[in-house]
This record gives sequence, C-alpha cells and structure tokens, in this order.
Amino acid sequence: MPVTTKPFCFAAILAATFGTASFAQAQSQTLTLYSAQHEQVVDMLTAEFTQETGIKVLVHTGEGPDVANQILQEGVDSPADVFFTENSPELNLLDEKSLLAPVSPATLAEIPAKYNAADGDWLGILARENVLDYNPSLIPETALPASLLDLAKPQWAGKLGIAPSDSDFLPLVSAVIKQYGKAAALAWLQGLKANSKIYQDDESVVAAVARGDVAVGIVNNYYWARLYTDLGPAKIDSKLYHFPHGDIGGLVNISGAAVLKSSHNQAEAQKFLAFLVTPKAQTLLGQSEVDFEYPLRPGIPPNKLLKPFKDLQPPAIAAAALGDDQDAGTLLQQAGLI
Amino acid sequence: MPSGRPSAALIACCCLASLLVLLPLCVTAASAAGAGFSLAVTLLWRPLVGELLENTLLLIACTAMTCALIGTASAWAVERTDLPGRRLFAVLAVVPLAIPPFITSYAWVSLNPSLADFSGALLVVTVSYYPLVYLPVAAALREMDPALEETARALGNSAWSVFLRVILPQLRPALLGGMLLVALDTLVEFGAFALLRFRTFTTAIYSAYRAGFSGAEPALLSMILVILCTLCLAAEYFVRGRARYGRLARGTRRAAIRHFIGAWRFPAAIAFGAWALLTIGVPLGMIVYWLLQPGDAATAPVAASLPAVAQAAWSSVYLGAGGAALTLALALPLGILAARHQGWLVNLLERAAYLAQSIPGIVVALALVSLTVHSIRPLYQSAFLLLIAYSIVFLPLALVSVRSAMMQAQPVLEETGKSLGLGRIAVFLRVTLPLAAPGMGAAAALVFISITTELTATLLLAPIGTQTLATQVWADTSTLAFAAAAPYAAVMAAISMAASWLLAHRFGAASIYAPVTVV
Repeated sequence: MPVTTKPFCFAAILAATFGTASFAQAQSQTLTLYSAQHEQVVDMLTAEFTQETGIKVLVHTGEGPDVANQILQEGVDSPADVFFTENSPELNLLDEKSLLAPVSPATLAEIPAKYNAADGDWLGILARENVLDYNPSLIPETALPASLLDLAKPQWAGKLGIAPSDSDFLPLVSAVIKQYGKAAALAWLQGLKANSKIYQDDESVVAAVARGDVAVGIVNNYYWARLYTDLGPAKIDSKLYHFPHGDIGGLVNISGAAVLKSSHNQAEAQKFLAFLVTPKAQTLLGQSEVDFEYPLRPGIPPNKLLKPFKDLQPPAIAAAALGDDQDAGTLLQQAGLI
Repeated sequence: MPSGRPSAALIACCCLASLLVLLPLCVTAASAAGAGFSLAVTLLWRPLVGELLENTLLLIACTAMTCALIGTASAWAVERTDLPGRRLFAVLAVVPLAIPPFITSYAWVSLNPSLADFSGALLVVTVSYYPLVYLPVAAALREMDPALEETARALGNSAWSVFLRVILPQLRPALLGGMLLVALDTLVEFGAFALLRFRTFTTAIYSAYRAGFSGAEPALLSMILVILCTLCLAAEYFVRGRARYGRLARGTRRAAIRHFIGAWRFPAAIAFGAWALLTIGVPLGMIVYWLLQPGDAATAPVAASLPAVAQAAWSSVYLGAGGAALTLALALPLGILAARHQGWLVNLLERAAYLAQSIPGIVVALALVSLTVHSIRPLYQSAFLLLIAYSIVFLPLALVSVRSAMMQAQPVLEETGKSLGLGRIAVFLRVTLPLAAPGMGAAAALVFISITTELTATLLLAPIGTQTLATQVWADTSTLAFAAAAPYAAVMAAISMAASWLLAHRFGAASIYAPVTVV
C-alpha cells in the first residue's frame, strides 16, 4: 500500500480545529425564537423585524407538540425567548404550566379578545380553517358530508385521506372531544382508521387528493391554497369544501405566540410580539404568496384565494377552550392512528 | 503478536470510548424503565406497534431476498461470465453506496408521487443496498479455487448443479453476511421511509418525538428497535465467525472459471444497463431534472439561494471534518488495544464499541437530547454534542479500519525504533502513526462521508441556527418542494460521491463500505 499520508493528516488536524471551535452566539440584541410555524412565513417575518429593529432572530423550528414539550423539559433554563406556533393548544399547555409571561396589554388590544388567551398570556396572530379537500372528478360536491363525523361511516371506506400525526390534526380531535365527549370521539376515530389512507402530513394529503389517490382529505385550508399556488389553476384537480352551519369540521385554529417567562430578553420579546400584529406585518402576511392564513388584526384582508373570514361558519368553540391536546393524543393512540 | 500488558492510560482511553458508546443505550433503557410496567404495556401493546413490527420485518425479509438475488446474480455475471462491459459494471455496482438512501427516495417519490408504502420502500432499499451483497459475493467469487468446480464438473454435475452444490455453499458466509448488513441498514434507515410514508420503527420514534419531545414512548420504541438490530448484529457475527471455508493448499491459485454465455451476452448487457439506469440514473437524473425546474416560494420552507447552499455545505463539511476527527480520536486507542493486545478486557472493550452498530442514529440523538436537557445543560444544543453523537454512531466504522491499519504497522518496527533510543511517544509519532496513516485516512474519509449524508442525529441535535445540506433537503422534501431541495441534494451527492471516489481510487472498491467484523 502506498504511504503518502500528508493530506489525510492535514485534514484530521483541520477537522480537530474546526470541530472544537463550537459556535459562540453573540448574545446582544438577539432573540431566540422557537417556531412551529411554516419556515417560509417565519423567515419573511424575522427578516422584516430585523430590518426594522436591528434585533437578530435565531430560529429553532419543529412541530408544535415537540417544541412545546421541549420548552417544558428545558424548564426555567430554556434558551427560548418567544414561542410561535400554528395551533393554540400548545400555548395552552405551556400556560397551564405557568411558563408564559403576560403579553403587553397594548399588544393584546390589537387583536379581538376571543382570539387571545383568556388570561392574556398568549397572543392570537393568524387563523386557519379546517376543511375537506375533495377531487371533483372522483366525487360530486353534492355527495359531500354535512358533518365531519359522517366521515367515520362505512360508505367512506377507502375514499378518505388523513394525516393523524400532523400537529394540525390534534386540535380537531380536541374539538370533537369537547363537543361530543371522549367515547364518541374514540368511536369516530376508529371509524376514520377503518376508512382512511394514512399520510404523514397535510402536505401529502392535499397532494394525494389532487392526483386522485383519495377522493377527499381532511386538511387545513392553508395546504390547499399552497398547492394551488405551486401547481397553478390548470394543474390542480381539487377543491375545498367548507363544513356548513357551525359543524365541528369547520373548526378555526388560532396560530399564536407567547413570551417565555424564563426569557432574559423580555423587552425585545414583547417588541417581537407587538411587531407580529402591526398593520405592516399583518398586511405582509395577508398579501404574501407564502402564507394562506387569515390575519387576525381587524381590517386586514387575507390572501385572495381564501374565502372571506366573515363568511366562515365555525363551531362555537373558543381557542382557549380547546385545552392542551393531551386527551386527543391519548385517543389517537387508542384508535391505533399514531 | 506481542501481548505485553496494555498501559493504564490506554485502558482508560478505551474504557472512556466504550462507555461513551454504551451511554445512549443506558439512557434509553432508563427512560423506558421509567415508564413503569402498566404504562409500558399500554404503549407497546397497541395496534400501531404490531403494524410497525409487521411492516419492518416483512420489509427486511423481502429486501434481504431481493438484494441477495440481484447482488449474487450480478456478481456472478460480472466475475464469472464474458458479459460485455463487466469492468464498467463492477464500478457502477459500487456507486449506489455513495448516494444516501433518502436522496434515492426523494428521486423516486418526485418521479412518481404515488410510489409509496411497501412497494416504494422495497424498491428504494433494494436499489440502495444491493451493493452490500454484491461486493462481498463478488470478492468471494473472485477468490474461489476453480479446482473444486472443475472436479465437480468432471464428476458429472451440470453447470447449474455446480452452482447450487459447490459455489453457493462457498458463498454462504459472504451472502448471509451481506444480507444481514442489508437488514441492519434497513432497520436504522429513517429519511427514505419518511419520504415514502412507510411506517417503520425509526419513523414511529421520530413521530413520538414530534408528539412529545422526549419521554417514555420514544424510548420504549427505541428499545424494540435496538433489540432487533442487536439480533441482526449477533447473527452477522455468528455467520462471519463460524462459517469459514479455508483453502489448505498453499501454491498460487488460478483465476476463476469464466462461462461463455453466447447469445445471452447482449440481453444480459441490456439488463445490466437498465439496472444501472434504475440505481444510478434515476437518483442523479431526478436531481438534475429538479435543478432545471423553477422553485416556488409557496411550498419551499427553505428557498435555495447560492449563499444558503454554500452556508449549508460549509456546515456539513465542518461537522463532517470535526466528527471524523473526534471519531478517529476515540477509535485510535481501541484500535491499538485490539491490534496489539489480547485478553478478556480487550475483547469486552472492543465488542462494546462494535455494539454501537445496533444503536440507530435516532436513538443516540434522542438519548443525548434527554440526557443533556436534564443533566448536562452546557452541552445541550451545542455543536460539540452533535459531534459526540456522530462519533458514537460511526465509531464501529472507524474502528474496523483503524484496527487493520494498526495490524499493518508491524510491532517489530516499533521495537527497532525503541532499541535505537526513541522514547514511547517518539516511536508512536515517528514509526506507528506514519505506518498506520493510510488506514486511518481511509477511516476518516469513511466517517466524513457518513456524516455529511447523516440525517436523523443532525435533525435532532443541530444547534439552533445551524442548517446542513441534509437538514435542508429534509425540510424541503418533507413538504414536497422538490425543486427547492435539488441544489442541496446535488451538492450533498457531489461531496459524497467525490469523497467515495477518492477513497475507492486509493484503497479499492471494498473500502467504501465496512462490514463489521468482530474477531
């Protein structure tokens, strides 16, 4: 074997040098954001915030439940200053454990009170609607169910796609529990398990409906609009059905943010929350082609693909009343869905 | 081999390395035990776990079979027939090992989005892992003594009967060893199955982590996975350790017999071409295809810009280099100990290190997260913790090479150095290290390649604000933003293939995969 080894030794020494030089983060004027919102939305917002205030934002991204539990386990030493998530139950969970600092009243006042935490510890920022995505070439609109609960009936066997491990599915289960009780919710989930093709996430469900793998799929409206924007009107063969008359299927989820009590950057963190509900940030969200949620600040129109917010017929369940999703997780396990 | 007593310092270093490897296992076992009996039963005795077991075991059985069939058939055709282009194919057969399976998975899913579940998983795993059977079987076919086959023919056996009764039994250790490696790699694979929406233990552990960060549920699922992996590893050890076919005659052996397959040459060559297209053409072709498509900001969590790709590539490279250095530092004392000394303690320490093979990256990462978040906060979310995870996962890979490199550095030369008046450290630096350096370079390169294509540990442990090529590909592909993922995937595949090519070029094709052998 030839013995010319200098490059390898050199590489090893280089490696040792870089490896041990772990990155020291500059602490001044830097916020750490734990995010379970879509990365492109967060990137857009943080870039604008940094430009306005000079405060840098370090982002850690995950799914809502894991980021919330991560903050729980990190406890008082959590590096997180702000938690921004897609669904309010995760905020409720942290609020129950007294990990959240009160949001400044001036910021809370920008958003209608019913979309914020009852105790003022988290702030509503965006809303999204649960819908039924359907493929018109596989099923006529007239055959669609009046209620979300109907999808557990045998006639839907093989026609339905769901993503029970997506963090957006949990609040829906929580809402069914809240409205109909645990026993009925479990029976409903078992029916879904029998009828459904299981997908990893909502992105996969909308894609499956669009290519005709399944006739209908339970998703948030966001995902359909995103796929529509991506593929263009000519290439997408699916439409949205809004559950009518306050059915539980038309649940509106609140995406919110909160300041951690343990944060050492309270002032900057409050500044970030205030920024999220300014007309500028909310307009940015409503007009962008990367977010398809309803800005909660009154008078800011959403993306034009979305059905007007006032025309939605959501069930009468306040975001704060949804609880913390813990029961929903247990029922999903019992039904064999996760 | 001289077997003087190893120095206390050497033993201490080796103990440290072996304990580090066992640490994630202990943490996982402890958090699984923390669940208590009744919770453990509720969590494990549910429909999902049965489904996972069925999925996983069925997939392992099928991929081991398909890889065995394709690997053996192609190795036989390349080594034993006059197939046109066989030299080229011998090279092409190794290339899939340099393409990470989750890139192959990305290619297939983006080619045909309805490709999912079992069929997709079987396809992706087979095209990614068949070289693990091909390489050892081809080597065994090359080294076989033709005298046995000729004797069998002379005794009236047909060619087919010679294959079944003479060749196949001699191939058994290589074939079974390869199949078990395929099984082991299939058990620990995560990214490929997540994209294909095929549920196995790794994806379920990740989902459990997603649903509750860390806790009893992922730990319990991890324990099942570790048990399955350990069974594979034990079987592999058994197969390699016991079944050996020795050749007693010394003398030089002739080259193996080649069959002339006549009219079959061209259909066979076309089949091989098609197979190369499936295994290499599709993954690389799809990356190029998506590179040429415009990306859309709406679906892409991570937009691909030149600075973003460069930043991610730099992170991958420095983590790969740092991880390789740390892994080598851990493997070196173990390699010296294993090559220079004997005894129960030596065996124990070495085998403990090899046990890391049966602890998947996701289990290591999860254990380190829960350990550091509760007990070792300064390390939590640090780049160093990620390097530690890499060095645990890839220690066996490095150890195989380091150990054989140390074997090649003959002790007699060290003794000569000593007798000429060099001190112990000077002997190590001026004699041992230069002799062992090529093997150690190979180990470093192998670990570097593995780290730059590693996904799960990186996903769980990357410090806030650090994105690597693998995590960027993951972020984009998991939302089906294929065009945005392409530049990251292309750079990753290029780094991996270039490093593999350098490695194979210097050390031979077999060096880019390291079957674990506990001697």
